[in-house]
Amino acid sequence: MIDPQTDAITPAKTNSINRVVEIKNLRKSFGGQEVLKDLSLQLFNGENLVVLGKSGSGKSVLIKCIVGLLNPEGGTINVFGENVGTLNPDDLSELRKKIGFLFQSGALYDSMTVKQNLEFPLRRIRKVLTKAERDEKIKEVLENVGLADAINKMPSQLSGGMRKRISLARTIVVDPLIMLYDEPTTGLDPVTSDEISLLINKIQKKYKTASIIITHDIECARQTANRIIMLQDGEVYLEGNLERFEKSKDPLIKSFFK
Amino acid sequence: MKKNFAPVTRLVPDLHKAKEISMKLSEKTLAGTAEASNFLTDFADVLLFITRTVKETFSRNFEFREFLLQCFQIGNKTLPLISVTGIIMGLVLTIQSRPSLAKFGADAMLPGMVAVSLIREMGPVITALICAGKIGSGMGAELGSMKVTEQIEAMEVSSTNPMRFLVVTRVLAATLMIPILILYADALGIIGSWIGANIKGDVTFTLFFSQAFSHIDFIDFVPAFIKSIFFGAVIGLVGCYKGYNAGRGTESVGIAANSAVVLASLLVLIVDVIAVQITDLL
Ligand SMILES: Nc1ncnc2c1ncn2[C@@H]1O[C@H](COP(=O)(O)OP(=O)(O)OP(=O)(O)O)[C@@H](O)[C@H]1O
Ligand SMILES: [Mg+2]
Repeated sequence: MIDPQTDAITPAKTNSINRVVEIKNLRKSFGGQEVLKDLSLQLFNGENLVVLGKSGSGKSVLIKCIVGLLNPEGGTINVFGENVGTLNPDDLSELRKKIGFLFQSGALYDSMTVKQNLEFPLRRIRKVLTKAERDEKIKEVLENVGLADAINKMPSQLSGGMRKRISLARTIVVDPLIMLYDEPTTGLDPVTSDEISLLINKIQKKYKTASIIITHDIECARQTANRIIMLQDGEVYLEGNLERFEKSKDPLIKSFFK
Repeated sequence: MKKNFAPVTRLVPDLHKAKEISMKLSEKTLAGTAEASNFLTDFADVLLFITRTVKETFSRNFEFREFLLQCFQIGNKTLPLISVTGIIMGLVLTIQSRPSLAKFGADAMLPGMVAVSLIREMGPVITALICAGKIGSGMGAELGSMKVTEQIEAMEVSSTNPMRFLVVTRVLAATLMIPILILYADALGIIGSWIGANIKGDVTFTLFFSQAFSHIDFIDFVPAFIKSIFFGAVIGLVGCYKGYNAGRGTESVGIAANSAVVLASLLVLIVDVIAVQITDLL
C-alpha cells in the first residue's frame, strides 16, 4: 500500500502487486494520424495520477484504451493483471465493473432523469442492493456533488457544470476500484472546482481508489496529484511529483504551471 | 434455444473475414470507384449488424423493461397520426371508387372491395411508410445522438451491452408493434370507408361491416400480416443500424435520421414487391 501523502513513487520501491494498471508501448492511430506512439505508464495502488497534455495530445484516447472502448494497434494494457486486449466480452464486462469512467462530455443519458441515470449503473453493477439501499446511495452521492435537489430533473434542464457533476456522481456511485476522470473540473467555477478536487481526494482516502485524473486545471492538479505525467507527441514527456513540475525550466511545462 | 443459434454465432467471425476480404477486393478491383467499394463494405456491415442483433436477441439477460418502454413509445408516438391516416385512407378510397362501381351497377361490392384493398395493400404499405418516417427516423436520431455524445460508450463501461439494451429491444418492439398498428389502421380504414359510404347513401354500420367481411378470405389476411411483421423488422433494423453507426460530429445525427427514413421507406416498398410475388404464387 502506498501512502497517498508521499510524493513520487519510484518503480524501484514497488513490486508488481502494487501496479493496478500497467501500460507498455501503447500505439494508437486514427486513419494515418498517430495519436499515441510507444506510450508506457503505470498506475499504482491508491495513488492519484494526474495526466497533463495539450488539447489533442491523446489523453482521452489513452483512458478509452484502458477500458477497452478503443482497440490499440500495439502494446499491452494490464488492469489488475488482466490483459485488456485479449479478454472475451464477458470478462471485459466484469473488469469494467471495477473501473469508473468519467466522460469528458459527461455522457448523461438524455432520455432518463438524474435519478434514473444514477440507477442505471447501480442496477447493473451492484446487483445485490435493495431498492432502499440504492436510493440511499444515490442520495449520498448527489449530496457529495452538491446537487441533491436535482434528483428528478432531466439532463436537458441542467447547466453544463451541473451535468458534469451529475456525471461524476454517476461514476462514483458504484464505488469503483479504479477511477478515470476525464477533465473533472473543466467548465466549473473555482468554488465548485475546489469541492470536486476535495471530493476526488475523499474518494481516494475512503475507498483506497487508484485514479487517473486528466485535467488542464493546475489548481485541481495541485490539490489531487501524488504524481504527474505530461503527454506530448504520443509519449510521456515528463514524469514526477508536483515539485518537479513546478521547478521545471522547460518552456512547455512552464506554460502549464504559470 | 441457444444451441439452435450456434451456427449464427459461428458465422460472426466468418462475416468479419468476409468484410475484410470485400474491403481488400474493393480496394484492388474497384480502385477509384469509391461508391462501389462503399457499397460492398456497407453491405457486409449490414449483414454483420443483423447477425449480431439476432445473436444478442437469443442471449440471456433480455432487457425486458426497455423493451416494454419502447413498445409503449412506438404506440404513443404514432397513434394519433395513424388514426387520422387510417380514417382518411378508407374515406378517400370509398369516395373515389364509388362512381366507377356505380357505372357497372356494382354498388353493393363497395364495402368488400374497399376492405380487400385496405387489408391487402393500402393499410400495410401506407402505415409502414408513415412508421418509417416517424419511428425509423426517431430511432436513427436517438441512437445517433447517443453515439455522438458518448452515451453508448457510457453504457458499455457500465457493463451493459448496448446492442442488447438499445438495438435488440427497439428492433423487437418495432417488429411487434408495427403489425399491431397496421391492424389498427385497417380497422379505422373500414370505419372511414363506412363514413364515406354514408355521405351519399345510408348504410348501417353492422350491414356495412358484414358486407365488408364477407369478401375477406384467409388469403387476404395472413400474407398481409406476415408482410407487416417484415415491415416492422425492416424499419427497426434500419433505424437502429443508421443511428448506431453514426459518425462523430453533430451533423451525423441529422444524416443518420435522414438516411434511416430514406432506406427504410425504400426497403418497405421492396419487401412489398417481394411479398406480392410470393402471394401470387400461392
Ligand atoms: N474515434 C476517433 N476517431 C478518429 N479520431 C479520433 C477519435 N478519437 C480521437 N481522435 C483523434 O485523436 C486525437 C486525440 O484526441 P483526444 O480526444 O484523446 O485528445 P485530448 O488529449 O483528450 O484533448 P482534449 O484536451 O481537447 O480533450 C485528436 O486529434 C482526435 O481528432
Ligand atoms: Mg480529451
